[in-house]
Amino acid sequence: MSNWPILSLVTFLPLVGAFFCLVVNGPKEAVDRNCRSAALMTSLATFLISLLLWVRFDPTKAGFQFEEKLEWVPALGIGYHMGIDGISLFFVLLSTLLTPICILASWDAVQTRVKEYMVAFLVLETFMVGMFCALDLALFYVFFEGVLIPMFLIIGVWGGKRRVYAAFKFFLYTLLGSVLMLLAIIAIYWQVGTTDLPTAMEKLNLPFTWQCWLWLAFFASFAVKVPMWPVHTWLPDAHVEAPTAGSVILAGVLLKMGGYGFLRYSIPLFPEATQYFAPLIFGLSIVAIIYTSLVALVQEDMKKLIAYSSVAHMGFVTIGAFVMNMQGVQGSIFQMLSHGIVSAALFLCVGVVYDRMHTREIAAYGGLVHRMPRYAFTFMFFTLASVGLPGLSGFVGEFLVLVGTFKANTWVAVLATTGIILGAAYALWLYRKIIFGELTKDSLKGLLDMNRREVAVFLPLVLITLWMGIYPSSFLDPMAPAVDKLIGDYQAALKLARTAALAP
Amino acid sequence: MILGLESWTLARPEIFLAAVTMLLLVYGVVRGEVATPFVSVATSMALLVTAALLFVPYQEGTAFASLFIVDRLTTTMKALVLIGAAAAVLMSRAYFEQVKAWRFEYPLLVALATLGMMLMISANDLMALYVGLELQSLALYVIAAFQRDSERSTEAGVKYFVLGSVASGMLLFGASLIYGFCGGTAFVQISRALLDGKAAEIGVIVGLVFVVAGLAFKISAVPFHMWTPDVYEGAPTPVTALFAVAPKIAAISLTVSVLMGPFKPLFLQWQQIVVVAAVLSMALGAFAALRQQNIKRLMAYSSIGNVGYVLLGLASGSEKGIQAIVFYLAIYLVMTLGVFATILMMQRRGAMVENVSDLAGLGKSQPMMALAMLLFMFSLAGIPPLAGFWGKLYIFIAAVEAELFIPAVLGVLASVVASYYYLRIVKVMYFDEETEKLDRTPFGINRSVAFVAALLVTVFSLAPQPLSLIAAAAAKGLFP
Repeated sequence: MSNWPILSLVTFLPLVGAFFCLVVNGPKEAVDRNCRSAALMTSLATFLISLLLWVRFDPTKAGFQFEEKLEWVPALGIGYHMGIDGISLFFVLLSTLLTPICILASWDAVQTRVKEYMVAFLVLETFMVGMFCALDLALFYVFFEGVLIPMFLIIGVWGGKRRVYAAFKFFLYTLLGSVLMLLAIIAIYWQVGTTDLPTAMEKLNLPFTWQCWLWLAFFASFAVKVPMWPVHTWLPDAHVEAPTAGSVILAGVLLKMGGYGFLRYSIPLFPEATQYFAPLIFGLSIVAIIYTSLVALVQEDMKKLIAYSSVAHMGFVTIGAFVMNMQGVQGSIFQMLSHGIVSAALFLCVGVVYDRMHTREIAAYGGLVHRMPRYAFTFMFFTLASVGLPGLSGFVGEFLVLVGTFKANTWVAVLATTGIILGAAYALWLYRKIIFGELTKDSLKGLLDMNRREVAVFLPLVLITLWMGIYPSSFLDPMAPAVDKLIGDYQAALKLARTAALAP
Repeated sequence: MILGLESWTLARPEIFLAAVTMLLLVYGVVRGEVATPFVSVATSMALLVTAALLFVPYQEGTAFASLFIVDRLTTTMKALVLIGAAAAVLMSRAYFEQVKAWRFEYPLLVALATLGMMLMISANDLMALYVGLELQSLALYVIAAFQRDSERSTEAGVKYFVLGSVASGMLLFGASLIYGFCGGTAFVQISRALLDGKAAEIGVIVGLVFVVAGLAFKISAVPFHMWTPDVYEGAPTPVTALFAVAPKIAAISLTVSVLMGPFKPLFLQWQQIVVVAAVLSMALGAFAALRQQNIKRLMAYSSIGNVGYVLLGLASGSEKGIQAIVFYLAIYLVMTLGVFATILMMQRRGAMVENVSDLAGLGKSQPMMALAMLLFMFSLAGIPPLAGFWGKLYIFIAAVEAELFIPAVLGVLASVVASYYYLRIVKVMYFDEETEKLDRTPFGINRSVAFVAALLVTVFSLAPQPLSLIAAAAAKGLFP
């Protein structure tokens, strides 16, 4: 059992379910039912197997574990190299956790083309997990870009009114960033002769100007994915138009690809350029935090508000990643995980009332607490988690990032902190508008509280949020050696460059 | 000895194809229209047998007093051309029956054109090159106008003929200049003369420019692409399918062997031309297709764009670049055949339709056909993990290694623009509500071609390595 290729299994198991859905035939009712169950079963099985990764993970090691290495396209120096370390472990788990939740959340909400929907989600899961496991630049790119295909279809087929516009914007924006990264990957291959990441980290020794160009090419791709201001404009459109589960995956996992990409690729491969461009990242992130928080304050659409809040929260992530000290980087990763759970849950909250009322207008709601106490509690729980209430997951991430930032640059920390205040403002404002007040609108008077399926969707998320808030060490400890190594390598590379520059 | 016939067996496949074509022609003339189904099937079989003859037994060398060359590159290219031509013949029946132009001459003309293409690919002398090119072109002019009671088809034929003749003229003029300055038409002689210091002569450069312009016309590279959209749109759809693959691959192979062969010493001179043509083709192929409504016209611009990527590989002038070209063309062949097989299945109430909007709602009404088309479109757009991505990756690797950074950046940006119109087809199939259903075509050759192409795209996506080995072996032909 110990020699089983667990990572490949976790990555490709969803495809088995997708294949089953594709070939299943019969009357529409039966096909829909079978596809739903098959998708749920496969994704749950995938999640359970991925838990094995956590169980067997050696939290004291900094290097890659569960490595698998095969030749794929030797002619182009591309290998099938998979492996995870403390940084990627939890992203894999996040992806495998959110997929079954999404499938469960779309159980009743999606009634058209159920078969294709489930196939798209399972294929998406394969690409997401593969992306976090890939240790080969080309393989990473394949998964990174492959995500676009199912996501494009999910937004475009099952989305809202302006779905076509949103799907195209999402696709083209992301593609534009990524193709530049592809060229950078090719340039690395040209220099090193392989696209294997560990080999590239070891051998790559680029002059400073080259580092800067390649860093910018990677930045183009990851900044769009994060998204950073000013290339964030695809996000509100995509979120608003995507079906609930699509938004959950977008906010929960796809945005993390950018932050993960910075940590896995940009920083270790181009340390000097990273140092050089860090102020740029800080500047853009601060603008993102303050500006998008202000924009969130005036939104009329619930999903749009949460989408803008995502941009602001991801601003903390990018700041944390680039202060390059233990607290900052750990906080950044933790913030991504926490945001993955919390914003996913918030979109699911919106989905609950959207399924009943078919509107996302904030003004259409009010006083829901009278009819839906369970819902009011859940919504409040995640709103507070998003705001950063101590004891819940959001606090740990933001606090660590701010501590790390304060050590590195006080002004950045001060400006970033204003985002927390603004965050509290818009999140609580949204909550008050929807949940509190008199229940005056007739349309709302017949609303039913969450049913058992919906409770089942939220329960694991509530528990994880509490766990992350109360005992974050379960998550921080396994990632510590990897983060330590990342920072150590970075400092060593900078030192080397400095001595090389001083040498006559 | 003086006849140069001693190694005629190198031309076995060509001789076989010519003989079979003549026999079938006689048969067709004797039996008249009833012979059509047999001639059609026999021709495509003959094309496939010819492809097999290329490899059993595989030989290489030169023949006919060095007019004719066979190496791994020419053999691979011929195989691609023959597969494309055979598929195009097979796919044509339903269409021509419907427009009442189902005649036995069509498959035979395709066979003759293919023969011309094989001679072009194997040409080792400017004269042989021209003869092969004209055999190909004359046959193609006729089949572009094959649906003779259609105004558009006739117009396409005439347009193709007039512009094609101009291009042939330019090529011939360039060839005569080169002959004048180098003292010979054989590739070996030209190469030797250039290495001996003729390269600096202005006349040689002018000749080279004319030859490249003539070739650029044949592969429809910008700025000699003008005929392509009109001819692709006007010609009968099976003919368009043929145009998009066989002559294009043949002409690219010819361009590669001319520029990388005798004109290798002038690499720095022609590299500039090829880079400009590559960038312009990629850009035009991307931007001009954005607003096209007719799917055949759209595919014409798509093919211009694809030629741009191929030329970028050529501009790198390296072994990697040639490998990339072979690799790219093989994948391009499969995708294009698949797309045209799907286009040939687009019928409504018994009539062919060819607008992008006619595909609306296909994802619901014919999910398998839509899925195949979705694969082809994402693959053409170069989205990983699909096969088209590997082709583009290979090309860009070659370009970066040759330090063509700016063209490579422009190329990837053009591919983003181009992805818009491929996505638009996906959008129409999956996002739009259907207006009126397309007919469900019965199981037939087109459905099989589309299925096989989709299967191959999937296989190439997951395992590009075997194909890259073939490409690497083929490139050895130019870099022994």
